Amino acid sequence: MAEQDWKASKTSFAAVSVPTLLWVVIFFIVPMAIVWLYSFGENRGLTEIAISGTLDNYKRATEWLYLTIFGKSFAVAALVTLICLIVGFSVAMAITFASEKWRPWLLLGIMLPFWTNLLIRTYALMMLLGTQGFANKGLGALWEGTSWIKTLVGLQPLPTWEPVQLLFNNFAVVFGLVYVHLPFMVLPLYAALDRLDRSLIEASLDLGAGHFRTIMRIVVPLAAPGIVAGVMITLIPALGAYLTPDLMGGTDSQMIANVIERQFKKANDWPFGAALSFLLIYAMFALIAIQSMRRKVPEVH
Amino acid sequence: MTDAPKPIIQIQNVTKRFGKMTAVDNVSLDINAGEFFVLLGPSGCGKTTLLRMIAGFELPTEGRILIDGQNMAGIPPNKRPVNMVFQSYAVFPHMSVADNVAYGLKIAGVKGREVQDRVTEALELVKLGGFETRMPDQMSGGQRQRVALARSLVMRPKVLLLDEPLSALDAKLRAQMQFELSELQEKVGITFVTVTHDQDEALSMACRIGVINKGEVAQLATPSDLYEYPANRFVADFVGSVNIFEGKLTLDEPDRAAVDCPGLGKVYLNHGVTGPHGADIWVALRPEKIYLHVPGEGKAVKAAAQDAPDGYNFARGRIKGMSYLGDITLFEIELETGARIRVSRPNLSRRDQEDFTWDDKVSMHWRADSPVVLLG
Repeated sequence: MAEQDWKASKTSFAAVSVPTLLWVVIFFIVPMAIVWLYSFGENRGLTEIAISGTLDNYKRATEWLYLTIFGKSFAVAALVTLICLIVGFSVAMAITFASEKWRPWLLLGIMLPFWTNLLIRTYALMMLLGTQGFANKGLGALWEGTSWIKTLVGLQPLPTWEPVQLLFNNFAVVFGLVYVHLPFMVLPLYAALDRLDRSLIEASLDLGAGHFRTIMRIVVPLAAPGIVAGVMITLIPALGAYLTPDLMGGTDSQMIANVIERQFKKANDWPFGAALSFLLIYAMFALIAIQSMRRKVPEVH
Repeated sequence: MTDAPKPIIQIQNVTKRFGKMTAVDNVSLDINAGEFFVLLGPSGCGKTTLLRMIAGFELPTEGRILIDGQNMAGIPPNKRPVNMVFQSYAVFPHMSVADNVAYGLKIAGVKGREVQDRVTEALELVKLGGFETRMPDQMSGGQRQRVALARSLVMRPKVLLLDEPLSALDAKLRAQMQFELSELQEKVGITFVTVTHDQDEALSMACRIGVINKGEVAQLATPSDLYEYPANRFVADFVGSVNIFEGKLTLDEPDRAAVDCPGLGKVYLNHGVTGPHGADIWVALRPEKIYLHVPGEGKAVKAAAQDAPDGYNFARGRIKGMSYLGDITLFEIELETGARIRVSRPNLSRRDQEDFTWDDKVSMHWRADSPVVLLG
């Protein structure tokens, strides 16, 4: 009743909805509209842009060069999402089935990186993966150790340790993106798994299914809303990732966001950057549209 | 019929502790093949833990459980010859009724035609024929429970475990399902083990009842024995409604006994008291076994039912509360001693409830075979 009354009262409805509406219009609709208009413009001089209604920017954006970068961004984002899904699912399962005492701490462990600046986290990861980083030092120590043991038993020692190139390549980009996006995957998965009625899992075991079959036939289908949410919430930001490929990638691992950034800064070609941005946005819209079209899993209470 | 009953489940000295809490405390009991066994007890008494240990979802801290003579230690739930109907039914919401019922069969390696036949058969058994393609969210709670039943029965388990099977149903449906479950059990001949906190449910369905209190078996008996011959105060109080008075044994012979209860008066029994006891004991008297005397006919009724010496099995009091329940009226009576007693009276004719009203002075008596002597 109270809710009905609240909706019926126009003043109170306006009081709560107008600020939200204004926020969306001022900080989202208007800037987006400006960029959208730029995408149909051309450069006239250093700072002047004329909105001429030209489609040249879009023509250029769909050239093979840019399409391959789009494609590569998709591939990287998809791979990152897949890795996040596999790792995140087991992490979420582990948290769900951990004891009451441990669960808040494990969740805190997932949340903690969120509260740290992305730039700091990325540099920390770079220190870890660099040629003089801990990963290489650890591998090096193992290598030396093995070599030492081999000489001990009278075998030829291993050749001198050469640090592995873990940074400034595609591997580093994927690794960094997985690291950054894993919490986005774990949290919706955890929410879905936590809601799952435990007796459904027990019923499956009771009917003779093993653990693997129970996960595939019962847990995964029923966690589908969480899986889809996790995939979307990981895939979309990964697709538009800028900082990680910029800092950790090599010359060949730039993603579409890096190309867009260059148009707005070094190349000073705002109309072209705007067109690329909108192509990316349309792609994301398409993903969201596909997601909202899928059949809803019925819930039983 | 002279064969000794064959135990299908043997629970031997089973203890289950969760941290410092002891949920099940050294329980030993046998459940016979083909019987409808009910574990009855208040919430938190350990009855569900016991059931889950039979199913394999919990492991005993001590002791062992044998099913059909086989020790279940180390055997996971999916390898045990028992199936469970969960309190929440646990019907898979993303599968049709037929897929739910076929789930276990397919895992067991049953093929094509036979799966279909057995699913149909199981659904007909629970009166859900024709519901094969329904999704669980299109069904009522009662129907979902039938799906859960069919899904377990189709596996032809040695024992079917039911965890509070009727607790989520409304009163009418619950009464109906009590009959149906008993009928079903007789039809399929599988041993049913049910957990419930509802005494009516237990009494109406069970062959035998194990009353559990604080992790221990308080009494193991048939429903009528449990009600008429409770072994202790807990059982007397938990199963049905009862008046309990403390008293001293003043006479104890093989064929008669007398107890002096300060709260109730002098109680005469037409049997001796068996079992080890001191002078302090308790007397339990069920409300329906006390006869209220309608004003004016007190003497005549009492004379007609006289099976105790004068001054015994008789009390006077004042009506302090009445609740009319249709078939019976419940009275709360303050005795002359100050103690309170509950008496129920069947409304045999339509205006019976008008015989008494608040603050009426009444007298009452009971037969010499009605009181139960409790030693603990």
